[in-house]
Amino acid sequence: MGVEQKLANMGVVTTTLETAVNWGRTNAMWPMLFGLACCAIEMMAAQAANYDMSRFGMELMRPSPRQSDLMIVAGRVSRKMGPVLRRLYDQMAEPKWVIAMGDCASCGGVFNNYAILQGVDEIVPVDVYVAGCPPRPEALIHGVVTLHEKVRAEKFKDLAKV
Amino acid sequence: MSEFQLQEIPVGPYKHLVSERALTGETMMLNMGPQHPSTHGVLRLLLELDGEIVVNCIPDIGYLHTGVEKNMEAKTYQKAEVMSDRLDYMNPIGNNLAYVMAVEKLVDLDVPERAQALRVILTELQRISSHLVWLGTSALDIAAMSVFLYCFREREIILDIFELVSGQRMMTTYLRPGGVWRDVPVEFETAVRNFIKIFPKRIDEYESMLTNNPLFLDRVAGIGKLSREDALSFGATGPNLRASGVNWDLRKARPYCGYEQYDFSVPTHTRGDVFARYIVRVQELRESLKIVEQALDKLPLGPVHSENRKFVPPPRSEIGVSMESLIHHFKLWTEGFPAPKASVYSAVESPRGELGVYLEGDGGPKPYRIHWRTPSFENLEILPIMAKGHLVADLVAIIGSVDIVLGDIDR
Repeated sequence: MGVEQKLANMGVVTTTLETAVNWGRTNAMWPMLFGLACCAIEMMAAQAANYDMSRFGMELMRPSPRQSDLMIVAGRVSRKMGPVLRRLYDQMAEPKWVIAMGDCASCGGVFNNYAILQGVDEIVPVDVYVAGCPPRPEALIHGVVTLHEKVRAEKFKDLAKV
Repeated sequence: MSEFQLQEIPVGPYKHLVSERALTGETMMLNMGPQHPSTHGVLRLLLELDGEIVVNCIPDIGYLHTGVEKNMEAKTYQKAEVMSDRLDYMNPIGNNLAYVMAVEKLVDLDVPERAQALRVILTELQRISSHLVWLGTSALDIAAMSVFLYCFREREIILDIFELVSGQRMMTTYLRPGGVWRDVPVEFETAVRNFIKIFPKRIDEYESMLTNNPLFLDRVAGIGKLSREDALSFGATGPNLRASGVNWDLRKARPYCGYEQYDFSVPTHTRGDVFARYIVRVQELRESLKIVEQALDKLPLGPVHSENRKFVPPPRSEIGVSMESLIHHFKLWTEGFPAPKASVYSAVESPRGELGVYLEGDGGPKPYRIHWRTPSFENLEILPIMAKGHLVADLVAIIGSVDIVLGDIDR
């Protein structure tokens, strides 16, 4: 029935380059080991045995921004930390994504004051916001899966404009 | 590719903190953090290195300054409690306890027996969970990966208990001025008993992986020695102090919440190195479990918050039928309660040491000034002393052993 079956019988699978690349990106997305505050503990819990984020190809936390694809901003970002965070983001190699984990990283959370950035999207572009104070590990994993959906839908021609 | 080369830090601004050899360029200044896997958060250390030997270590804090104290002054006494959870995020219930005890002292509010016992159970469980995170992460720093997975497995059991009583895993805000939020559900006792049953074996498991492991001992024994005198003069508290041979625990020295009724010992060690701090904390796990068990056995029946309606909101069931209850409820949550013009200090033994709250009222419903005396801040100050003369790799073990929480330091 058509060329696909014929090729499949021969042990060949056809797909588009776009799909293959995006599949590869979602299944080996290395997060940066970068904990700021409370949410970092829940991020660690998501890595540990009970929740096991490695099911989504993310077991390898890289402390170096050069080797990581995903920055999980886990916690409140103070005005002193802001430039550091931006520098870390700039050091990450393309393609890169950002998850704002928790209320503080998303919008400042309960800390509406002089010291805390009211949302990390003031300094870096954010792909997925995860609500909660702190979010449960399941919520973080849901955020990651949402990001994966987003990555799978990426088109090369959109990336070319950047 | 000059960007990738190691950048030396200019020594000028730190002249008074480094040795003279740094000025001539004989030693090297190196930056560690604020993004570093083993600084447990966003601690930045400036290291003066002679080869791989740490000559001087200058901590730079403030990367997590949250303005909690100032923010609390803008809220009523009840609402400010939410901020306290997020200070020392490994010990939210302990922070709540320090804060509500200060408020109760300020307004002279009674706390029923059952609430006291529940507070003890929950803070001790929190201490266990905090020590578990510490054990897991600091073992991870010195390359013992599996301990981390085991510790977090048990931590989940404790967090499930917290979720059962309060609906939240970490930031529970379960303790309230005058008692606790509401009574625990019936499943609480079974859940805690289950934990008490399985946990001693799990501690043996951790110890079997670390205590006699030569690879672990090589990294910790004799590293980061802290003398008794230094520990005392720098105001270190908690396991760091006890590992240097000082038997000081606020639960024994200044009992609160009815700690005097429970039979437990305060583990101490005399060696004062990383290994001693590890041993003290592991023994504290066992002691905390003993306290939880006794408190659960003795857990009296009765109300879980004070009957003083000027400070404690009425139960939901009364609001529909009693006009006065409705008024009290409304007044408490819109205006808050006034506190006298006085100042109090209350302190509890957090997993890291003496956690104190200085609270000053000005007659209104909001605190005039609140200051947190956080243990990690003092404990961090001993880090430069301990790090001197050790290798950079040992510094990682030392930072882990001090058990700092940056939210606690920077506030």
